[in-house]
Amino acid sequence: MSSTESNAMPETPEPLPAHAGGSSASGPAALSPLRLAYWSLLRELWEHRWIYIVPLIVAAVFLVGFTIGAARIPFPLPRHARFPQFSPARLIEMPFDMTSGALMLTYLVIAVIYCLGALHGERADRSILFWKSLPVSDVTTVVSKSIIPMVILPVITIAIIVVTQGFMLLTGSAVLLGRGLDVAALWAQVPLLAMWAGMLYHLVTVHALYYAPIYGWLLLVSGWARRAAFLWAILPIVAVLIFEKLVFNSSVFAHVLLSRLGGGPAAIPFPPHHNMPMAAPTLANLSAFLASPGLWIGLALFAAFIAGAVWLRRRQGPI
Amino acid sequence: MSVIEARGLRKKFRTTVALDGIDLSVEPGRILGLIGPNGAGKSTALNAILGLIPFEGELRVLGHDPWAARDALMRDVCFIADVAVLPRWMRVSQALDYVAGVHPRFDRAKAEKLLAKTDVRRSSRVRELSKGMVTQLHLALVMAIDARLLVLDEPTLGLDILYRKQFYDALLTDYFDGARTIVVTTHQVEEIQNVLTDFMFIHHGRIVLACSMEEFERRYAEVTLHPERLAAARELRPIHERQVFGRSTLLFDGADRRQLQQLGDVRTPGIADVFVAVIGNASNDRQAEGRRT
Repeated sequence: MSSTESNAMPETPEPLPAHAGGSSASGPAALSPLRLAYWSLLRELWEHRWIYIVPLIVAAVFLVGFTIGAARIPFPLPRHARFPQFSPARLIEMPFDMTSGALMLTYLVIAVIYCLGALHGERADRSILFWKSLPVSDVTTVVSKSIIPMVILPVITIAIIVVTQGFMLLTGSAVLLGRGLDVAALWAQVPLLAMWAGMLYHLVTVHALYYAPIYGWLLLVSGWARRAAFLWAILPIVAVLIFEKLVFNSSVFAHVLLSRLGGGPAAIPFPPHHNMPMAAPTLANLSAFLASPGLWIGLALFAAFIAGAVWLRRRQGPI
Repeated sequence: MSVIEARGLRKKFRTTVALDGIDLSVEPGRILGLIGPNGAGKSTALNAILGLIPFEGELRVLGHDPWAARDALMRDVCFIADVAVLPRWMRVSQALDYVAGVHPRFDRAKAEKLLAKTDVRRSSRVRELSKGMVTQLHLALVMAIDARLLVLDEPTLGLDILYRKQFYDALLTDYFDGARTIVVTTHQVEEIQNVLTDFMFIHHGRIVLACSMEEFERRYAEVTLHPERLAAARELRPIHERQVFGRSTLLFDGADRRQLQQLGDVRTPGIADVFVAVIGNASNDRQAEGRRT
């Protein structure tokens, strides 16, 4: 007990700070918006620790599975493994691919769950009244929440992919060397730097920027729905799909949605049998992406949805 | 400058009128109690003052329009809406870090000192604390903010008597310095009668009575008397009568103290008793008015 800070403090009561009592109408200057955004983000990470714990668990499962699997590759290889797609290099390379795919999928699932709860949870547990009792604007709060799927999740995902695949390459090399096999084939098969560059590009352009209106929509619904936010997010979309089919017998909206989910025409195509880009992006990729109207329409929608979410948060109280 | 200045403050929710034209002016250094039955409009008034809901009419809080500038206002205003609003996942240390991070007037050392007097541990999560301890934490956070207006909406709801007493004791000894302003609503009116400098009865979205405690003590008197003196007492036009154990207690507004002392023991009534009388009479008047028209 004696080690706690509080007990070490002097017992004499300090006088209250001199009170200006009305003359200091302006009060202290507002804190910088950056500082408020930093603390708002930090509190999201405190509250939603699962957004980095879950991808870490996914990565750990792959890493452990890969290590055990690599150690168990039979040598010499059995007859059926002589097909090229079962070459030792391919067997070792495949998990890299699966890891990326799984972590990208994890990102999307986390983003959807996070966005649907972000403005709903604080109303459901009434803590919105605590947050609103502090000098943090609704704009700062909502924008900070939108930064999670737009910036924090891509950063977490690429960081975990880099670490996991780095470990995999080292483990794989050790296994091959232990068998007296050539490591060069593996290193040629998995050009990690190029893969990571391609992956980062893919995460930023497609998962963050191109999917932005999806996150914006989910945040908006999260700020509006009293319960079952997921259903309220899906329902209008299904309604539009059915309505369009019945009235115009067309499916333009469905195509728009699928094109959006597919990453648009400008995404770097994945090589066949791969869940991730295997090459670094080129300037042509980037300029095609920046020139695609889909990107800008999407970002405009995102801005509109976020503005709507801010409007709602200003008016909404606990539910 | 008034801390709160309202003129014709109105708020309508779809079909119900929650605030029906409220005028009020709260000066610095007052402790104002808003008293009224459930649904009278107390919380609506506070929500408008705190910038949580849009409203009609004129309202300035510390010179701000609360709806247009809630975040700026919250640098000078604190509120405890309810004991249950601290996020349950938060650790005590995180709450201190966060408020220190976003509030320019938060004195962390003071909050730590206040917490040291309680059993609240820094590493605990809010969900692990008892309701009383959550209140202590919330109060420590709020009292460490050098705010000019503190708004408390049923701050002690659901707490046992010990914590309720501690709450107001701490507020008066460690926080209130004569320059700050406190606005409080509560159902436990008796407990805050000695704390208040002013009070206001709200009923059906209107202010029925607004009065300082000095004025209250001057105006209102309560006399308990034997039945044989009842007729004489009624001559002095009591505003309320009630029977306890065969003795009558009469409540007077503005009656002569010396005359009252001849009838029996004269006391200052509880705010709650005056509230019942004033609201009851207001309702009767309304009904009478309804019958006439």
